[in-house]
Amino acid sequence: MTLLAQRKHGHVTFVEEHFLAVLDRPLESSGELLYDAPDHLEKRTLHPKPETLVLDHGVITAQRGRHTYVLALRDYPQIVPLIDSIRATLAGDRAALERIFKVSLDGSLDNWKLLLAPSDAAVAKTIKQIGIEGARDAIHSVEIQQADGDRSLLTIGADVGQ
Amino acid sequence: MTRAGVVGTLLWATLVAVAAVVVARATYTTDLSAFLPSDPTETQRLLVDQLRDGLASRLIIVAIEGADAKTRARLSQGVASRLRTDRNFVSINNGESSGTDRDREFLFNHRYLLSDSVTPQRFTVDGLKDALQDTLDLLASPAGLIAKSLLTRDPTGEMVQIISQLSSGGAPRTAEGVWASGDGERALIVAQTVAHGSDTDGQQLAVEAVQHAFAAASAELPTAQAEPRAAATTSPAGPGHPSEATTVPSGTRAAAPATAGAKPLALKMSGPGVFAVVARATIIKEVTRLSILSTLIIVVLLLGVYRSVAALLLGLVPVASGALAGVAGVALGLGVVHGITLGFGITLIGEAVDYSIYLFIQSQERGGSGHPNWQRSVWPTIRLGMLTSICGFASLLPSGFPGLTQLGLYSIAGLIAAALVTRFVLPYWLPRNFAIRDVTPLGVVVAGLLERVSHARVALAVLAVLAGTVLYVHRDTFWNRELAALSPVSQADQDLDAQLRVDIRAPDVRYLVIVSAPDKESALGVAEKVGTRLEQLIDANVIGGFETPVRYLPSQALQRARQASLPPTAELRERLQKAVAGMPVRAERLEPFLLDAETARTQPLITRKDLDGTSVATGFDALMLQDGSGWVALLPLRAAASNPFAIDDARVRKAVSEAAPGQATVLDLKGEADRLYSRYLAEAVRLSLAGFAAIVILLLVALRSPARVIRVVVPLALAVLVVAGGFALLGRQLTILHVIGMLLIVAVGSNYALFFDRRATDSHVGSVPLTLASLLIANAATIVSFGILAFSSVPVLSALGSTVAPGALLALLFSALLARHLPPAQAVPG
Repeated sequence: MTLLAQRKHGHVTFVEEHFLAVLDRPLESSGELLYDAPDHLEKRTLHPKPETLVLDHGVITAQRGRHTYVLALRDYPQIVPLIDSIRATLAGDRAALERIFKVSLDGSLDNWKLLLAPSDAAVAKTIKQIGIEGARDAIHSVEIQQADGDRSLLTIGADVGQ
Repeated sequence: MTRAGVVGTLLWATLVAVAAVVVARATYTTDLSAFLPSDPTETQRLLVDQLRDGLASRLIIVAIEGADAKTRARLSQGVASRLRTDRNFVSINNGESSGTDRDREFLFNHRYLLSDSVTPQRFTVDGLKDALQDTLDLLASPAGLIAKSLLTRDPTGEMVQIISQLSSGGAPRTAEGVWASGDGERALIVAQTVAHGSDTDGQQLAVEAVQHAFAAASAELPTAQAEPRAAATTSPAGPGHPSEATTVPSGTRAAAPATAGAKPLALKMSGPGVFAVVARATIIKEVTRLSILSTLIIVVLLLGVYRSVAALLLGLVPVASGALAGVAGVALGLGVVHGITLGFGITLIGEAVDYSIYLFIQSQERGGSGHPNWQRSVWPTIRLGMLTSICGFASLLPSGFPGLTQLGLYSIAGLIAAALVTRFVLPYWLPRNFAIRDVTPLGVVVAGLLERVSHARVALAVLAVLAGTVLYVHRDTFWNRELAALSPVSQADQDLDAQLRVDIRAPDVRYLVIVSAPDKESALGVAEKVGTRLEQLIDANVIGGFETPVRYLPSQALQRARQASLPPTAELRERLQKAVAGMPVRAERLEPFLLDAETARTQPLITRKDLDGTSVATGFDALMLQDGSGWVALLPLRAAASNPFAIDDARVRKAVSEAAPGQATVLDLKGEADRLYSRYLAEAVRLSLAGFAAIVILLLVALRSPARVIRVVVPLALAVLVVAGGFALLGRQLTILHVIGMLLIVAVGSNYALFFDRRATDSHVGSVPLTLASLLIANAATIVSFGILAFSSVPVLSALGSTVAPGALLALLFSALLARHLPPAQAVPG
């Protein structure tokens, strides 16, 4: 956590797979993730459709096609844990994580696994568990398991720039 | 009292009684109508309608500040729930999700009738393929979690389409479940009033209802908050006025104050209706306060000069009679009295009090032998001065704008009454032993001073050249051509309003497409045609977006067309089978979609009644108005992000006239209003110049000497020139009220110039020091009454005051300096 907290900036690629019961095979999307400590997080999806999601000081700006949406994070309880799990992990903000999740940490410094279970009952209705794996100050993957059995897996790829 | 005196007094008493009745029964307004043309063009009529009763005019934005976000949210909910049951409001929106479940259900159940993307093409194999692919893309995005539940019933994403259609303007951000400002420091509520914006009484009821709801909701807060305050956007007015700061009892007196550093809870309101209410209260309050103040100062001044209470009271008779006659004249002549006209009444004190000053002081001449002498020697000069003033104000009468006509008529009626009372009533009321303090010593001092500065005439020429140069340099920025310059709403309040509008993401209703049609359906039909064309303008980046009632309720024809786009179930199933080939979803999973589509094919069309109870109704009603026998659909435009402050309205006009020739108009509210005001300003300048010409002609006839006319007119023109130059030098732009002020400089100053002219041409007209003293005192009274006006927070009044006060002083000074061979100071009566 302390190591994560020391990292102030990150710019990586990602691939995300969505496993949905209603679909016969997973959907795949990919793009870049940008992070500036402590609470600026950008998810730039490039494929299949360009879409940018920016979290800055608790406000999300989503850009999709011609439209731009601005949301305050706290108003969308379904999205909060998804975003905050990654943001707080990147920031090494264990206290923030423990506010919304029951946190358990496994493994070693070079291969750790963080398991997050929502402590809020309403959130638990949509999200069962979030698993984050990494090594030292880098995150390797984020897996989100939804309560209905659907899940998504975000895999972090190469470092882009800096 | 002589027979003439008795007749005069009786006549006066009768007229005062009649005028009092007229004034008491007159109609008073404070809306914009006085500043809108009496004979408008079609575009101007639309403008007036929009400003008075339009969509934006019925909006009140309520902001709750102070304490913490949780408390604000609680209050917002408390205020909103109270107002929702209040009959003064059509709708109350604070972002609570209470209404949205119902909205969502309505929108989802009618998605095939409401979505713009429902066309026959959409349900072909290719169309379905594209729509499905889009939906799958959405599922893979962060928004997928929300879209997932809709997939099986709405695989073509009509609901997503509708939501993006309706949220094209964006929604305010929310905090603690209610709308909040961008910085999160205010909770916001948007209230739509039943009363039109021009109905100031109705707006005041609405404003008070909000204040009461706030007070009641504050009282219910569990822990005492420190002294919640309710205030409209402007400074407090008297009791019952909307801007009154209401201290709401917060639990017990001994309650602990809110946590250190937290601001006390405060209520703020903004919107055209609120502005009208505040403006009315402010104007009434200021007019009352300033009248009292300037009356007091003049009373003190005159008491100091006269040393006689009787003289003081008598001196106020022409003033009061004039003010009464002015209002009565406007009420009789024009039917309605505008609030600003009443404000103008203060200014009359300045000139009308002069008449009695001249009477009292100058009738002391020749050992105080009384009025007969005054009537012969002084009255002709006053009469000419009055006629000069009337010439000036009469030039305003033919104006196409009721506001100017009112000011003109008011001044004419008031001045005639004041002068006649001074001439035919007042002298007979003077007690036989009437005497005021001898002001000769003051006059002697003034004469001495003038003697010493008489060589300053050269300086006047320099001053004139300087002022002329300054005016020439500033000629482009000299006039303020924006209607907002006349607004009685303070800059701070306008800024707050602009901020709140940004916060609630209200469309900036500057540009509107207005569709007029004989009935609702055809208005919607034309709006649809215009909308299609406007979509192309969005793509071309000419506009950023637009609103249209059609998004909330399409015409029956369009709804029918959309139903017809949906193929029968068997057909749709077959196409769907083909469309999903190669996709990660099987057609069998989408059975619920087929079921819903079949229902939609035969469901009853939406009517306005079906919208009841949803926020969709609010959106529709705001944009769809019944206008006499016909209907009007409003399509407010939003500027493109690349050029947020302007729209190429020529292109919009062209597009709209192509889409719906003769059925739709593009209205630039601000541009049109400013054009209107610009015309109004140009007219006022033109009329004032005509008035000035009339004054010159009048003087030529009366004085029968061009040289004398020049000596009377030059100081006045010079005073106007220097005042105008002063404004330009200070960077203050001139408005129409400054023009009126200049007219007043000429009106008041002509008395001074004429007295000096009389002195110069007739050596047997009495005491120089007394004349000088009376002019000085009259001038002081004028400067006091206008000087006080200059400090008013109502721009119209302060413009008038800051023009006339220095102008009157300069007119006196210049008249004195330019007077021909000033007689020696020792010409004291003996």
